[in-house]
Amino acid sequence: MIAIVDYGVGNLFSLSSSLKKIGAEVVVTGDKKIIESADKIILPGVGAFKDAMNKLTQTGLDKVVIDQAKKGKKILGICLGMQLLFERSYEFGLCQGLGLLKGEIVGMQGVLSKDLKIPHIGWNALKFKKESHLNKYIKEGDHVYFVHSFYASGCTDSLVSVAEYQIEVPATVECGNVCGCQFHPEKSGEVGLNILRAFCE
Amino acid sequence: MITKRIIPCLDVKNGRVVKGVNFKGLQDVSSPVELGKYYSDCGADELVFYDITASFEERKLFTEILTEVASQVFIPLTVGGGINTLEDFDRVLKCGADKVSVNSGAIKNPELIKVASEKYGSQCVVLSCDIKRVNGEFMVFSKGGRENTGIEAISWIKKCVDLGAGEVVVNSIDTDGVKKGFDIELLDLVCKAVNVPVIASGGAGKIEDLIELFKKVPSIDAGLAESVFHFGEIEIKNLKEILKQNGIEMRL
Repeated sequence: MIAIVDYGVGNLFSLSSSLKKIGAEVVVTGDKKIIESADKIILPGVGAFKDAMNKLTQTGLDKVVIDQAKKGKKILGICLGMQLLFERSYEFGLCQGLGLLKGEIVGMQGVLSKDLKIPHIGWNALKFKKESHLNKYIKEGDHVYFVHSFYASGCTDSLVSVAEYQIEVPATVECGNVCGCQFHPEKSGEVGLNILRAFCE
Repeated sequence: MITKRIIPCLDVKNGRVVKGVNFKGLQDVSSPVELGKYYSDCGADELVFYDITASFEERKLFTEILTEVASQVFIPLTVGGGINTLEDFDRVLKCGADKVSVNSGAIKNPELIKVASEKYGSQCVVLSCDIKRVNGEFMVFSKGGRENTGIEAISWIKKCVDLGAGEVVVNSIDTDGVKKGFDIELLDLVCKAVNVPVIASGGAGKIEDLIELFKKVPSIDAGLAESVFHFGEIEIKNLKEILKQNGIEMRL
């Protein structure tokens, strides 16, 4: 059973629908015991880093996710959920993250040239950086759907794939049992479903 | 790099997809769920569902259908039509929409864009506007393109982007339904005025119209159309292959 962590951030309808579509047993929950008993955990998220981190802390789910990750359970963070797995973010001031992956979240503003639109929004192609079971059913050059203005920096160790947007934007990261996608696999058509399929196996 | 997007738009009334030429003379085409799945399978990059009903009962039917679409189609979904309040945003987002487009609701109350983008993020708020030339000036029209609001279009779009709109759909009433190509002059002006994604609407009749759009307005992000897709005059897979052959970045 896959637990999607519900901590009051964002809409989980599409994500749970996409997991059902690939035949996974899925529960959307904020219940500590159910998350602990799940085989795998998905940490979703949209919005601002600090708000999301506050909500995770208030519900005590930050500790649950960290504990489960340290016990070796497979965890997938999606979009902001992926960003939360890192050490810290600079979105609206410094904020500590869950610290499960090495690196930090920084803004695209000021890094990209002015003619490039921010957020990085739309379909972009994946370029592989290292082998990962997440890439099992997809190929290099496949497109996935991004919507974000901040990105992971200093995460060379965990980098699985990137997307070119003047800079190489980290797309998929993985370190042991902890992985994440900056893009939305639940909105990336068949390619996205295949990434979720690989994670669920 | 980011690809250009091809977006079919589905006008929904009484649970069915309809399309009116120049907004009049609606004609029943097909089931929203069937069409949504079909488009997703043949490579559409995003879907727009436009609720053109007015009554409460019909609106309820629309949200039920949207939920069904969102549970079976896994590409971005934008929903518009009858969005006037934050509650309207909430109602369609809960059904699985990713973005919400506002048109008349923003004309009546521009602050809606601000509060919605603060609550749900700019990426969620799409400004849609119907624009027509009046005495050589681009004006914003309301009520499905029937009424001149007296607002100048480019300054309106700039204002809405400043308020927090994360994307703009520009529908040219002059070229809509005529199928003789997009309104290049208008689209170019809008693209130069704002730095958020701009989606072109109104005028697609054949593949060459979309080639012209992306070549002549390189910073346009997407092309949106209705009837040419519904009636199979343009097949999306074929369109995207030809655009790619013409050097336009596409997801195939």
